[in-house]
Amino acid sequence: MDIEIVGITVLWTFLFGYLIIGSIDYGAGFFNAYNLLTDKEHVLTKIIQRYLSPVWEVTNVFLVFFFVGIIGFFPKTAFYYGTVLLVPVSIALLLLAIRGSYYAFETYGARGHKGYSFMYGLSGLLLPASLSIVLTISEGGFVHLDRGKPVLNYFILFISPLTWSIFLLSITAVLYISAVFLTWYAHKAKDTLATNVMRKYALIWSLPSIITASSIIYQLKFHNDEHFNRLMHLWWMFALSLLFFVGTVLLLWAKRNYGFAFISLIAQYALAFYGYGISHYPYLLYPFLTLYDSFTNEAMAISLIIAFILGLGLLIPSLYLLLRLFLFNKGYVKGNSDYY
Amino acid sequence: MGNEDALFYSRILTELTLSFHIIYATIGVGVPLMIMIAQWVGIKKKDEHYILLARRWTRGFVITVAVGVVTGTAIGLQLTLLWPNFMELAGNVIALPLFMETFAFFFEAIFLGIYLYTWDRFRNQRKHLLLLVPVALGAAFSAVFITMVNAFMNAPQGFELVNGELVNVNPIVAMFNPAMPTKVAHVVSSAFMTSAFILASIAAFRLLRGSNHLYHKKALYLTMKVGLIFSIATALIGDFSGKYLAEYQPEKLAAAEWHFETTEKAPLILFGVLQEGEPRYGISIPYALSILAYNNPYAEVTGLDQFPEDEIPPLYIHYLFNIMVAIGMWLTILSFIFWLGIKRDWKFVTGSWFKRLIVLGGPLSIIAIETGWWLAEVGRQPWVLRGLMRTAEAATSSDQVDLMLLLFACLYIVLAIGSVVVLRRMFRKNPVEKELSDRNNNKEEEQT
Repeated sequence: MDIEIVGITVLWTFLFGYLIIGSIDYGAGFFNAYNLLTDKEHVLTKIIQRYLSPVWEVTNVFLVFFFVGIIGFFPKTAFYYGTVLLVPVSIALLLLAIRGSYYAFETYGARGHKGYSFMYGLSGLLLPASLSIVLTISEGGFVHLDRGKPVLNYFILFISPLTWSIFLLSITAVLYISAVFLTWYAHKAKDTLATNVMRKYALIWSLPSIITASSIIYQLKFHNDEHFNRLMHLWWMFALSLLFFVGTVLLLWAKRNYGFAFISLIAQYALAFYGYGISHYPYLLYPFLTLYDSFTNEAMAISLIIAFILGLGLLIPSLYLLLRLFLFNKGYVKGNSDYY
Repeated sequence: MGNEDALFYSRILTELTLSFHIIYATIGVGVPLMIMIAQWVGIKKKDEHYILLARRWTRGFVITVAVGVVTGTAIGLQLTLLWPNFMELAGNVIALPLFMETFAFFFEAIFLGIYLYTWDRFRNQRKHLLLLVPVALGAAFSAVFITMVNAFMNAPQGFELVNGELVNVNPIVAMFNPAMPTKVAHVVSSAFMTSAFILASIAAFRLLRGSNHLYHKKALYLTMKVGLIFSIATALIGDFSGKYLAEYQPEKLAAAEWHFETTEKAPLILFGVLQEGEPRYGISIPYALSILAYNNPYAEVTGLDQFPEDEIPPLYIHYLFNIMVAIGMWLTILSFIFWLGIKRDWKFVTGSWFKRLIVLGGPLSIIAIETGWWLAEVGRQPWVLRGLMRTAEAATSSDQVDLMLLLFACLYIVLAIGSVVVLRRMFRKNPVEKELSDRNNNKEEEQT
């Protein structure tokens, strides 16, 4: 296997990690705000705060890891994406700032400040949208070179149906993923009220999420034929993904095995996400940038991979400890507070 | 907007983000060590006050960490957004420490989360103390790795440039460049020093405001002692940094010292103003610059006359240099007198005017951090990679940088106000006296 493939696989995996835990985080913020605004007696607030508080910083690192990693493995992406993404990524940074400061300010300062909770919830929906612009741009057709410098055409981007499909997909997926996870988490906490609310949300958002996802494939046919054809070669991955989707919904419907429902959800998104990623090969930015012409020198690639392996040796046990102490700790999940 | 404008606004935005970030980053590097020391002293002396000190510092620390993480993510992405050409080149050579920095950050984030939410879960406080070790290590190592990247910009090496192509890249050589040892050591020790003086200034402020609690006195003595140790270390390393500059980056030293002509027995100019290219009203100390640069009063020090005019950094960095050094010296002396005064039972060190000076020490040390970074960064202009890539060649070609500058300026104002308001409210509502009595009540309830 090429070392380039190893590099992009590592990065893609981290992006997938961010997709899942970021979605849980964003969606939770939205449900929390929705709950506060409709005065449902803070049914969800407690559950959501308990899950999010110890992990919000870790969530953020997944994103940092991805963007540092991609500059490391594929430095030329800095030139293309760095130049064209100034505005969308700056907006994303602003939204991230609202979220990052929310935990600290809300937990210790203005507890229950409605305006802030509302901004927080809204940022959770806009953030994935502003980040997913990158996926749209990578399909090609939105960037042209002007005297050797890449320029993004905002007008074409704005009127493209592909942009809006991906925008909708990001929102529905976030709400769906988050709702399924929180159903399971609330169930573990033996909070029946919250479980029922989250289960309802999960079922509501399941259909829109799968419709938007399928429509992207249809859109690609007109936008980037080459990519569409490669996607069709991997039809079995998407078919399997659909099966897992059905599995999750059925389990939720039958009110059983929420843990399996969440695992099946992960499998569904993993298959679709990797299927999409593999079919994108070999382009990073169609048609300017491929995996191969942007790859870093061999010495750097090897040292990055060594650093990565050593780093994982440190990270995996630590993450395991974090999960054991909070996510999978019965006392903590149920709310036996020991935070003084 | 032309490219000139994009360059100008990119520089302003980067400077704004970094200047704001380093306040929180410095606290983020230094305070975990202080918390660890307090927790450790508390366990050793079986003194509830120190344990409480660790808890209260930690609670405030969370707010600063949040802002630090947010602004750190901002600068991390802005490097690519505003300086794409630089990052493309640097990514090839210096990505390794950048990558390792995120690992250190990851490590710290995980254990900080655990530490924060397990206060009373372990019966044995020593176990809880152990959780702080990775937090403090992670914090210090992110500073180490990210400063390595900055050091590389001052002394790029570890590759060859053949016809515009990078060949023979060696990431390890790039990491361990000549600027690295002094820069990393100076950054880490000045972060410890600054954090100690900020915490000292809080303790002194509480004592001034009428609380005469033993808790604040213990806090003050501990922080001033740690501050003294690290201010001496910082000054020593600062001297090494001067020697490094004389050897490898003489134009920065010459501009900072207004040393125009290459001479032997070079004098050091303290303070003064520049009028029509001539330094006035300064104090000139004979031989001192030669001693600073080479430990030898007769040594020849390279002056600005050796450099083409378009490679000389702005001369105003002299003022920054003076402010940084003066504050450093002042705080070393202040903390030394305090430490000696407590040992010898001098009355005036516990007096209110002396406490006011200590209160000033916190803000002063932050000013020293800011001026120090401005000196280091402006001092390598016009280069982004010294001798290799000019700042002008590295900037983005995007048209919207001015708008983004406005956007981020608003964000930082909100974050600054937010963090100060929350921190004040947190400690106003819950003074030490109240927390101590609450804790004692809880314990009695448990026993009965």
